[in-house]
Amino acid sequence: MGEIKLMKGNEVLAEAAIRCGCDGYFGYPITPQSEVMETLMAREPWKETGMVVLQAESEVASINMVYGAAATGKKIMTSSSSPGISLMAEGISYLAGAELPCLLVNVQRGGPGLGTIQPSQADYFQAVKGGGHGDYKLIVLAPSSVQEMNDFVDLGFELAFKYRNPAMILADGAIGQMMEKVELADYKPRWTKEEVVEKNGGWATTGKPSSRKKNVITSLEMASNDMEVRNINLQAKYRKMEEEDVRYEAIQCDDAEFILVAFGTAARVCQKAVEVARAKGLKVGLLRPITLFPFPKTIIKELARKAVGFLSVEMSAGQMVEDIKLAVYDAGSNARVNYFGRMGGIIPTPTEVVEALEDKFSWELSYGVKRSY
Amino acid sequence: MDIQDIIKPENLVYQKTKLLTDTPMHYCPGCSHGVVHKILAELIDEMGLQDKSIGVAPVGCAVFAYNYIDIDWQEAAHGRAPAVATGISRVNPDAFVFTYQGDGDLASIGAAEIMHACNRGENILVIFINNGIYGMTGGQMAPTTLEGMVTATTPNGRNVELNGYPMRITNLIAQLPGTSYVTRQSVHTAGGVRKCKKAVKKAIQNVLDKKGTSFVEVVSTCNSGWKLSPVASNKWMEENMIPYYPLGDMKDSVKGEHSEN
Amino acid sequence: MAKVIGAVVVDKEACKGCSVCVEACPHDVLALHLEVNSKGYHYSYMQNPEACVGCANCGVVCPDTCITVYRAKAS
Repeated sequence: MGEIKLMKGNEVLAEAAIRCGCDGYFGYPITPQSEVMETLMAREPWKETGMVVLQAESEVASINMVYGAAATGKKIMTSSSSPGISLMAEGISYLAGAELPCLLVNVQRGGPGLGTIQPSQADYFQAVKGGGHGDYKLIVLAPSSVQEMNDFVDLGFELAFKYRNPAMILADGAIGQMMEKVELADYKPRWTKEEVVEKNGGWATTGKPSSRKKNVITSLEMASNDMEVRNINLQAKYRKMEEEDVRYEAIQCDDAEFILVAFGTAARVCQKAVEVARAKGLKVGLLRPITLFPFPKTIIKELARKAVGFLSVEMSAGQMVEDIKLAVYDAGSNARVNYFGRMGGIIPTPTEVVEALEDKFSWELSYGVKRSY
Repeated sequence: MDIQDIIKPENLVYQKTKLLTDTPMHYCPGCSHGVVHKILAELIDEMGLQDKSIGVAPVGCAVFAYNYIDIDWQEAAHGRAPAVATGISRVNPDAFVFTYQGDGDLASIGAAEIMHACNRGENILVIFINNGIYGMTGGQMAPTTLEGMVTATTPNGRNVELNGYPMRITNLIAQLPGTSYVTRQSVHTAGGVRKCKKAVKKAIQNVLDKKGTSFVEVVSTCNSGWKLSPVASNKWMEENMIPYYPLGDMKDSVKGEHSEN
Repeated sequence: MAKVIGAVVVDKEACKGCSVCVEACPHDVLALHLEVNSKGYHYSYMQNPEACVGCANCGVVCPDTCITVYRAKAS
């Protein structure tokens, strides 16, 4: 059993980075995630593990520092919040195009524009559909507890290196700022120079010995045929992620007629909403996607065969609901898919969620409609 | 004495360094890039740095620099090479890291990144090719385009009221305490090439000695963009560019010390 | 007096005919050939080989590194 502490989500990200053998963090302050770099600077991991921490002049610079450092085959991360992630979009596209493993964290706040510093989930599309230019995907992990802020740092790096792809922890201001009990991971040593060469020497710019060809990190192909091949290979990689690395949690879905679908903070609210609804005699379950990309389509398709309806509960104007609709459509199901959410930094309450469920599915509830093909 | 008697290995005085690959360079005839690439390749070879070197290529004509010098390379986004180099250098303090950037990349879109990398005194070498124009995109105005100079986006010549003034960014760089060696060179004559090579060698040595950022501007030509022959471009550069961008060392110091000339 | 004599070998397929070497030669050894290489460039060649002293200025300024220079003492 690891060390147990009461900590803030943002602080845990920093602690987990140090403990999982991260080699470098490059960031720029932005609310509500500034505690990540503050914690790192106070912890001075360069004295302990040799991990580098640097405050960059902008998010544009920090993501490109991540690019340079990650391209040498080491474990590199950054964190930011929504407007900062927008600034990083260019660099993230380059990271994906050059197939560089790294860990990005978005502790989301409300938008658009400068928006608000309160929590939001309105960067779902930006995170799961690419966000920058070109066809690419990030591996997107959605923590809904401080414990998962700890766990997903190591998992994010593991998946990033498995696929040579950037991974993103898509948290929100509530998870970043809240304090909870957390079991911290045990220390893992940073990779030695030899280990980096052994694991990543086939592609990383570790300095060219005479024994191998030069390694070049680039996303550029002038010949259209070559660029198409690159794209085909990227798409094959994303399909493999969909086959092998979908993660979700299904709560009381077995007998459920209505499925709430929610991630992160909204999923915590929905867990309570399930209890409230069940107390009222409604058969409600919760599907919590943990990987937003790859999206848990298969389980939604399975649930769509017996459920009457899905309610996507989001702290946004309704983004994930589109992916749920696609999965339900793919299943050939006529289950109805609805959305309920709050915006601008407001977290919905469990009562609101249940009321929305009753309202949006009032017809099905009044007439007792069951799923039928 | 017959020519064939002279062409013997023991009489060899100048040849292509083995660190330059056999890929023909895509640059236009007479382009300064080829010469600066050669200087870098020769020095990396002579100083035994092949296995320590990581180059960062820019967006601009030198985007394919990685095809020509046989070391590990990274291709950066436009203007971001100094940030990329910072990342590499910080987690690989023993590597020899350099950026190779043009005037649009370094002085326009990447002005923030270069200023801050130099201000932090990153142990990197910056090669800055200043030919006063955007070559790759078809000859548009650069921040270093001279007043009155005709480009695709200043068809009647650069008007300083409209476009501002040609930027001597290297002079600004020399003001930053993080830089150690800041110099402006050219490669349009054999003497210039030899001097430039000496300057780059010193700059590399400073990086290896962890003295801070070393910055070498090379005033260069763009004969396609300038719409002149290579030889005429060299002459035009001497008459117009060099008076505004005078050659010579601007700073020779150690990070944190102030000793601008 | 030991006279120095040089020789320049141009990789004519790699030459782009920029004539920077012609300009850099202090002894007017080099010129662009009337013929063109397979890429259509008039390549550089030794028009006055006897004037070459092997100073290597041509090689130093060549952007395409297509010049090799030799130097020997004249016998």
